[in-house]
Amino acid sequence: MPSRIVAGIRGIGHRVVDSVWRLGYASRFFMLTLLKSGTSLRRFGLIIREVYFTGVLSLIIIIVSGLFVGMVLGLQGYETLQKYGAESAVGTMVALSLVRELGPVVAALLFASRAGSAITAEIGLMKATEQLAAMEMMAVDPIARVVAPRFWAGVISMPFLAAMFSAVGVFGGYMVAVVLIGVDEGSFWSQMQGAVDFRYDIVNGIIKTCVFGVAVTAIAVFEGYDASPTAEGVSGATTRTVVTSSLAILGLDFILTSFMFRGMS
Amino acid sequence: MASDTLVEIKDLNFSYGERSVLKGINMTMPRGKVIAIMGGSGSGKTTLLRLIGGAMRPSSGYVKVAGQVVHELSRNELFRMRRKMSMLFQFGALFTDLSVFDNVAFQMREHTDLPEPMIRDLVLMKLQAVGLRGAQGLMPAQLSGGMARRVALARSIALDPLLIMYDEPFTGLDPISLTVIGNLIRRLTDALGMTSVVVTHDVQESLKIVDYVYFIADGVIAAHGTPPEVRDSVAPFVHQFVHGEEDGPVSFHYPAPAYASDLQLEGSFA
Amino acid sequence: MQRATMDLWVGVFVMAGIGALLVLALKVGNMGTYSAADSYTLIGNFENIGGLKVRAPVKSAGVVVGRVADIQFSTETFDALVTMSIDSRYKFPKDTFASILTSGLIGEQYIGLAAGGDDAVLKGGDKIMKTNSAMVLEELIGRFLFDKASENKSSDTDLSGTSGKK
Repeated sequence: MPSRIVAGIRGIGHRVVDSVWRLGYASRFFMLTLLKSGTSLRRFGLIIREVYFTGVLSLIIIIVSGLFVGMVLGLQGYETLQKYGAESAVGTMVALSLVRELGPVVAALLFASRAGSAITAEIGLMKATEQLAAMEMMAVDPIARVVAPRFWAGVISMPFLAAMFSAVGVFGGYMVAVVLIGVDEGSFWSQMQGAVDFRYDIVNGIIKTCVFGVAVTAIAVFEGYDASPTAEGVSGATTRTVVTSSLAILGLDFILTSFMFRGMS
Repeated sequence: MASDTLVEIKDLNFSYGERSVLKGINMTMPRGKVIAIMGGSGSGKTTLLRLIGGAMRPSSGYVKVAGQVVHELSRNELFRMRRKMSMLFQFGALFTDLSVFDNVAFQMREHTDLPEPMIRDLVLMKLQAVGLRGAQGLMPAQLSGGMARRVALARSIALDPLLIMYDEPFTGLDPISLTVIGNLIRRLTDALGMTSVVVTHDVQESLKIVDYVYFIADGVIAAHGTPPEVRDSVAPFVHQFVHGEEDGPVSFHYPAPAYASDLQLEGSFA
Repeated sequence: MQRATMDLWVGVFVMAGIGALLVLALKVGNMGTYSAADSYTLIGNFENIGGLKVRAPVKSAGVVVGRVADIQFSTETFDALVTMSIDSRYKFPKDTFASILTSGLIGEQYIGLAAGGDDAVLKGGDKIMKTNSAMVLEELIGRFLFDKASENKSSDTDLSGTSGKK
């Protein structure tokens, strides 16, 4: 019996040591990516190519989801607010929810599952088919040539995608509240503009998306680079990217929100 | 003599943790020759290539390429040396997101400042050498296994290296492609004055094209010689390997206790 | 995918992203109407600010002229010290009256500025001397009940008086 307890404790210790080691390894990888970004920033064409794959190809899902989220917010907001005779505040509700929370968070979650998983799968597959080893043998650093451009492309794409998500979402709310239900258009916009502050709401939202962009792409490139070079390894890494980055987004969102909107209405 | 030797391997030992993979390997590879390293699966051939390429560090001993000890080089020096060597991976390892043309042009674009028209000429010359100039616009996914291997070969001679290492270049090829690749290795080595190191277990094909053969078994050099010497060798291991016999020094059975005792038959007879 | 097509799409993507940011800033947000760059600060002491929050609007005649920048409790005068950031296009006389008002019955609270008649205007960092505290609902109800009670008492005496006459 005591031996089983010892084994259990050893198991816990092993897991802790393992995850700390992995965290350190990931941080070191992240630093290397930043240090070796010179090549890709000098040859900006490399990043443009990746922006196409991470950003442009995520457009459809971002725009369609943004539209529907905005429309649902418009409907639900109207349902709730009209009980208090405040249906003209539906614009405020839609815009604040989108700009502060839903825009950054939902766009980042979609980005993680669309672009993040694709980045992991691509890098993992390049590793499994020895493309990274071949590059290394050609005296080209895979971190500088493969990882860094994808990382920066993700960091660049994310704020744009989130901004589009929010803008399209506000339009969706407008369609439902003003065009379908018939809330007064003037008060819809003016109440919104009165309540949404550029510095506190929009800039904070953009800061959030930048942080999420860094987190999601850093996780995605690391998982891809760290994947075991087999089919199972790559598929496992892809799943881990989506799970880890979703948790990271939600956790970071809580931390950022508690710093940004402390003591605010 | 020293200037004729491109790769010199001296008392090379390598182990993964407790497991010893290479034990005291000594080899010399002269310039302009095709050298084959043969051995069964898991005999440490690929590890040897990785040690020559500097992807791993030996436990003891050294690998000298063009007079420089590989594992003592800094990362920058190693990268400079690797521009003079290249490696053909088992399945080609072409960059799947680049076209055939861009794959061959990859190193030229990364390492040189050549103008684009000149890169184009050089790439077409390399592709012509492997007979695939017409496939320049295709993506790697559109190529057959043999064609992919040939494109990879064109890519590995892109910067006219001194040394090319081939990791199982014949695996998974049909007989025609196999002959094509074998002849290309011989022809390019002679034409470009390179040194080729071929790791393979395809005995018949490689004996046709190589100048010298090393046999590795259990981490040591079991035999070496020129192809005629190898073919006529009476050493049991070489004979078994060259002629592909099932039983010999390399046993069909993995070491095990006596069959009867393992099945617990002895007791019932008693 | 041709390089040129890819560049085109990325260009479209970046333009759309910047466009979305502009829409958020100008159409959804208040950047078009109010810029914090050109402003001066005024200070006011209020006995009770009620539910006033930082960033609440400062209005004069119903027009937003600024925002509440900071709210502190003063340990010298034991009341609330409110800093307002006012758009520098608008100047107010020295004897301007600042009161904390509520939009609608239960709406947001804001500061209303009522201009006086003085020739001298308030400059950055000046203090508004005349302030009026927030209406606190509990106090309001308490006062109302008190008034009602006293009203009833007076009407009772009236009634008794008339009855006495009868």
